[in-house]
Amino acid sequence: MSKLIHFLLHDFFVTGEPMIYMADVAIVLVSVVILAVLTYFKRWKWLWREWLTTVDHKKIGILYILAALAMLFRGGVDALLMRTQLAAPNLHVLDAEHYNEIFTTHGTIMILFMAMPFLIGLINVAMPLQIGARDVAFPYLNAISFWLFAAGAMLFNLSFVIGGSPDAGWTSYTPLAEKGLDPGVGENFYLIGLQLAGIGTLASGVNFAVTILKMRAPGMKLMKMPMFTWSTLITSIIIVFAFPVLTVALAMLTIDRIFGGHFFTATAGGEPMMWVNLFWIWGHPEVYIVILPAFGIFSDIISTFSGKRLFGYSAMVYSMLAISVLSFVVWVHHFFTMGNGGTINSVFGISTMAISIPTGVKIFNWLFTMYRAKVRFTVANLWSLAFIPNFVIGGVTGVMLAVAAADYQYHNSYFLVAHFHNVLIAGTVFACFAGLTYWYPKMFGHILNERIGKWTFWVFVIGFNVCFIPQYFLGFMGMTRRVYTYPAGLGWMPLNLISTIGGFLMGIGFIILVWNILYSALLGKRDMTGDPWGGRTLEWATTSPAAEYNFANVPEVEEIDAFHDMKKKNKVKEWLNKPIKDIHMPNNSGRPIIMAGFFFVAGFALVFGWIWLAIVGLLGVFITMLLRSFEIDHGHHIHKEEIERTERIARRIP
Amino acid sequence: MSQPSSLNQSTPLEYSTEDGRLKIFGFWVFLGAEVILFSCLFASYMVYLHRTAGGPTPNDLYDVKEFMIETFLLLTSSFTCGLATHELRRNNKTGVIVWFIITLILGLGFVGMEAHEFVDYVGEGAKLSTSAFLTSFFTLVGTHGCHVSLGILWISGILIQTARHGINAVTARKLFIVGLYWHFLDVVWVFIFTVVYLTGMVL
Repeated sequence: MSKLIHFLLHDFFVTGEPMIYMADVAIVLVSVVILAVLTYFKRWKWLWREWLTTVDHKKIGILYILAALAMLFRGGVDALLMRTQLAAPNLHVLDAEHYNEIFTTHGTIMILFMAMPFLIGLINVAMPLQIGARDVAFPYLNAISFWLFAAGAMLFNLSFVIGGSPDAGWTSYTPLAEKGLDPGVGENFYLIGLQLAGIGTLASGVNFAVTILKMRAPGMKLMKMPMFTWSTLITSIIIVFAFPVLTVALAMLTIDRIFGGHFFTATAGGEPMMWVNLFWIWGHPEVYIVILPAFGIFSDIISTFSGKRLFGYSAMVYSMLAISVLSFVVWVHHFFTMGNGGTINSVFGISTMAISIPTGVKIFNWLFTMYRAKVRFTVANLWSLAFIPNFVIGGVTGVMLAVAAADYQYHNSYFLVAHFHNVLIAGTVFACFAGLTYWYPKMFGHILNERIGKWTFWVFVIGFNVCFIPQYFLGFMGMTRRVYTYPAGLGWMPLNLISTIGGFLMGIGFIILVWNILYSALLGKRDMTGDPWGGRTLEWATTSPAAEYNFANVPEVEEIDAFHDMKKKNKVKEWLNKPIKDIHMPNNSGRPIIMAGFFFVAGFALVFGWIWLAIVGLLGVFITMLLRSFEIDHGHHIHKEEIERTERIARRIP
Repeated sequence: MSQPSSLNQSTPLEYSTEDGRLKIFGFWVFLGAEVILFSCLFASYMVYLHRTAGGPTPNDLYDVKEFMIETFLLLTSSFTCGLATHELRRNNKTGVIVWFIITLILGLGFVGMEAHEFVDYVGEGAKLSTSAFLTSFFTLVGTHGCHVSLGILWISGILIQTARHGINAVTARKLFIVGLYWHFLDVVWVFIFTVVYLTGMVL
């Protein structure tokens, strides 16, 4: 008994940190409040039926985005804690150990549990609509993808209060992340949490690729697809080829840590550099997985608000294809300084610089799209316009880092930190906010308030530059990444303080965004037309929010920017008045969330090395799979009369 | 997603519905991911081949007779699985079930021998934790073995469904996909045979 109590107090629950006790209290309170609200308003059945069991791509997309916003909050709090700690020399807001944990979770969460799910959420919402499909190719698998991601994210975040957080950086380099140098279960949370989410992402990649290749509306040839759909297709292909590498790398380190293997240990023939290579063979394509959909979002938005077809459509497509190929042959640039020799460094330096060519092509295409156009400065477009110069700064500093010889100076300095935030925030995060604003009416039927949106935009963008521009200089002044504090007298304080102020401005920007979501839910302008922005692609051809079946009749596509083409040729009325037939749709299922629950149990057990419980969890997973296989599920039909009623209420047919 | 449409006699049954076509194509894409997964394991194995840390080397462990029998069992099972698909095209339910059961027996024989091989190695002191070479050996060959074991369970489940419902668009699609999976594992084994066992005996 006393042994058990000792285990609970020392190894299971994280103890001895006031901040963590506060988190414990907050978690319990928030859970109680959520349970109470659901019970009081009798919303349990609604939650289960409409959300937890849904296979509708639009709802799954919304779930992804909600989770991503929550993770943005968590990762953002981590960031602000770090910035507070670094605001002045010799501060001890966090101790060294806690600081290591915070920068590890910040990086991991922001890339894998914020940026990716946010983009996958937007893809889920918009892509099937853009190609005129009724859903993705495998709706049931789509639900499994989401719940696996959710299970992985939960497991990873749980490490904050149970077992202890991972602390070897988001790259988890070996041998530091090996059992010998990093005992405890923190790294196991990283390994298993990412493994679960990664399997979900791989399934999403397969799902989206098949959807786009096989389910486009009649007449939509590949070269007539919206640019966001193109970017999704290319991203999906990268996912299919990159994520198995992560799966293997994580499995290998798990085997090392839990089963005593020697892949990456410094003893018994292990080779720590194998981890570094495998991690970045996945990791660099991963960077493009989070930036290509962003390019797609900006392309669609800039074209819409310029009122023009995207300049250089085919150049955009080919440049993305070039980027996707190059993304697999640059990974060594993450470790130029780790003993590769001159020839190898030169090859990878040049391949890295080569990426700037197709990227530059895209930048000019966006600029030329706006040339002599009547540009409308809506919030979605403001994010896109701010992206261009800010991203170029990140890109140019990237080319500087690609010069292998010079990288010996920049490597792991704040110059690098500033660089990758400049591409990831100005690229991916701006795109997430732009896409959220742009497709918000398609998700919820009302528009995010533009005035408050502009406040978010300005506060966030200014804060972003105030935060990261000083970090380039700090890098030159010798400040290295991941230091938890620094002595006075190095002259680092003023720039650090400015950077911290910028960080908090971004935090305020985020709060204004959340306020905007709440405000607009109550007072936002309804979108009755389905086409609030004068859209060009097919998602604007249907109602806002889109009905379960997406389109009463599948549109026929003749041109790029199919909906714009329909409007121009006065074909919308004719299309809406086509006779409506019954529509076949897939059934909801509670099994995906239950299956992810079993995965969670198995993962949690494996973290603590409780093999028997892990086997029980995996058995549960197999049983849910078996039940699915034996289930006879023909889906259901939405009847003609019901569709006509829905369309009439939306005033689309008389 | 959509239900069986009017059957087109010229296309095979498993391709006759949109649902079937989507799922078969999706499975091919998934196999693409599997290729990458095994490529990583093969690459790692090659890196660790000589990192035996004073423990047993490939030459000490591998037994020609044993891995030849394993190879024979698995390659034959791939052939019988092909015959089952042939019977599927002829719409012969009994033929499908008989050939798949033979496939299962051969597959079980393979897994049994592999398990025996692993137990033997551990008995000789060649454990996963002995050296980097052995970690990568057990991981690569073990991952393949897990795939085969899963395939055995999967085929069994689908055979029960075929016995119950006969050959229709849904069961035909399932039989065809599990066949793809089985052949894929066979191809992986050809590489394991070459990269692990033959290389291990020669180098």
